Amino acid sequence: MPPDARPKLAVYKFSSCDGCQLGLLNLEDELLALVGEVEVAYFLEARSQILRGPYDVALVEGSITTAEDVERIQAVRQDSKLLVTIGACATSGGIQALRNWQDVKEFARAVYATPDYIHTLDQSTPISSHVPVDFEVPGCPINKMQLLEVITQLLVGRVPHVPMHTVCVECKRRGTVCVMVARGVPCLGPLTQTGCGAICPAYNRGCYGCFGPLPAANADSLCGQLLKDGMQRSDLVRLLRGFTGYADVFRSASDKWEKAA
Amino acid sequence: MPPPQPLLTEEGSGKRSIAMANGKTNGEKTVKIDYLTRVEGEGGVYVRSEGGELREVKINVFEPPRFFEAFLRGRYFQEVPDITARICGICPVAYQMSSVHALEAALKVTPPPEIRALRRLLYCAEWIESHALHIYMLNAPDFLGYESVIPLAADHPREVERALRLKKIGNRLLAILGGRSVHPVSVCVGGFYKTPRRKDLEVLIPDLRWALEASKETLAFVLGLSYPDYAPDYEFVSVSHPSEYPMNERRIVSSKGVDVEPEEFEHVCLEEHIAHSTALHSSRADSGSSYFVGPLARINLNLEKLMPQALAAARSCGVSWPCRNPYMGIIARAIELIHACEEALALIEDYREPAASRVEFKIHAGEGCAATEAPRGLLYHRYRINDQGLVEFARIVPPTAQNYHRMEDDLKAILPGVLDQSEAQIAQVCEKLIRTYDPCISCSTHFVKLHLDRR
Repeated sequence: MPPDARPKLAVYKFSSCDGCQLGLLNLEDELLALVGEVEVAYFLEARSQILRGPYDVALVEGSITTAEDVERIQAVRQDSKLLVTIGACATSGGIQALRNWQDVKEFARAVYATPDYIHTLDQSTPISSHVPVDFEVPGCPINKMQLLEVITQLLVGRVPHVPMHTVCVECKRRGTVCVMVARGVPCLGPLTQTGCGAICPAYNRGCYGCFGPLPAANADSLCGQLLKDGMQRSDLVRLLRGFTGYADVFRSASDKWEKAA
Repeated sequence: MPPPQPLLTEEGSGKRSIAMANGKTNGEKTVKIDYLTRVEGEGGVYVRSEGGELREVKINVFEPPRFFEAFLRGRYFQEVPDITARICGICPVAYQMSSVHALEAALKVTPPPEIRALRRLLYCAEWIESHALHIYMLNAPDFLGYESVIPLAADHPREVERALRLKKIGNRLLAILGGRSVHPVSVCVGGFYKTPRRKDLEVLIPDLRWALEASKETLAFVLGLSYPDYAPDYEFVSVSHPSEYPMNERRIVSSKGVDVEPEEFEHVCLEEHIAHSTALHSSRADSGSSYFVGPLARINLNLEKLMPQALAAARSCGVSWPCRNPYMGIIARAIELIHACEEALALIEDYREPAASRVEFKIHAGEGCAATEAPRGLLYHRYRINDQGLVEFARIVPPTAQNYHRMEDDLKAILPGVLDQSEAQIAQVCEKLIRTYDPCISCSTHFVKLHLDRR
């Protein structure tokens, strides 16, 4: 057989739920075309065959929570020309980053009988805390069409792009009545990056920030308004500490209001 | 234990890392599968034999702990279904549903029949996408001698196209009900944040009719596979309901006579924390023996409650029920695929838009538990909340944690017969057996309080 000239794609998993790599398998209409264009060289959830690196594009799901994974991500980086993080865990530490505000040893003592069996780090950290990352796809879970677009753009040599406006803007585009203005429902939409399609307000509930904050988001303004509207500080801190709670904007805002409380 | 690094094989060899330490003077042989593939999450297998005798079998789970039960403490009860969804990206609905039912038990909330019907519809959607994924993309390659669905697609394009369309229909139904297929956003304690309009669901009827026929073709496809001859004396465990095929409610039954309310589950089944695994392993409390959850258990214990076409298919497919061959789990999954499409169609045809999407209730302190049926088996949750509605205690027992003990017992029974084969062949035997359980290792990795007081 002639050597395969297709670009090699690798999919890695760290601490996560598998929901973002499932985004690839959920590309039902595009999957067969995609695997024709790229060689899926390493994807444990989907195939047994493993091809040797280096890989043209590595998709990394999950956060770093163990000493072994601190080393493994270095090897992944060395083996990958382009490293793309997929999802909230890889991009900001994920829901398991709630441990970062707690004493993990207390977690361990409180919830299981044989803590000695367990080796875990005190913190759940994003991939970018450990190695340079070429591109980040946000979301808990990611939007599979964004993932496809990022892969496609990388394969044709373009700098990938995902929309960088808020869920708030997306609601206006959809024509969704604002849940906060109309019904007083707390909503992180004014701070949160779009990509989900602004589904939560369309389902009569506030955005809970699963695509993470935009870097320039004005958390002080929104938090001030929510408190003025009668939200309890402890409730505000909890809202900010969700699936992307360890991302800078949400983290510093929740720390600020926790101290203020 | 440190996760072993995958040992990369030569390009194009089509084989995976199998480390071996063979040829020692005492005839010791070790087969180590570093990374199980085509399963959700990461785990491995360790097999050791001496002088041709099997000495040790361990399923290693090195999925890092995420401490869900720990960080759920202090969260508001209404956040719980959103958080528990993140335990598993493949079956988030099951995690949402078990937590919702457990919290409704704690708060003494009973949603109306229309809400109950929609929840079953959500379940059908998840079973369709998850079963289609497992049957064709994770499990079928084992029976047909492929390393994955990718080469299988080249030789069996019709099957793979069918799989993808089935999966897409399940995912589309999930997205209509929940906004998106992975971690849907519509479920809450008391009902839904928003319920669909009838016309939103009706557009799926032609697709679901196609899916029902495609599920029958799926059954025909899996009946054409050849199955190893192996049928141990399992204890099957599943949820059971007087008139419905088990999804959301309520009692827990077994093939060896258990028939209890969910409140008794932790007295019947115990979780143990085992050194070689970051997951907990469940056993029966009285005997310490392993048990089996999943589609095969559900059909064996609830055959008569299948929808008519699924029941007819189960009766005429040539398998005699109860079926104790774990490899035939793929047949059970195909029958449940028929059931899920059939019930989804019935639910949509009967659907009446509820007057309110959720019921009102007063928040008070309480404790409650529930078991529902995730695609891969019984999933149990228990919560205690305070009078502010904040979680004080959470316990989650996922299906895969319950099956680990059984998988190890199966390997102990099967491996003595194949120990003279090559390491690669032994590894293949292990993986094929484990994959029949559709294990979700991400789900099973969590830590709960261990009760060692055996009753």
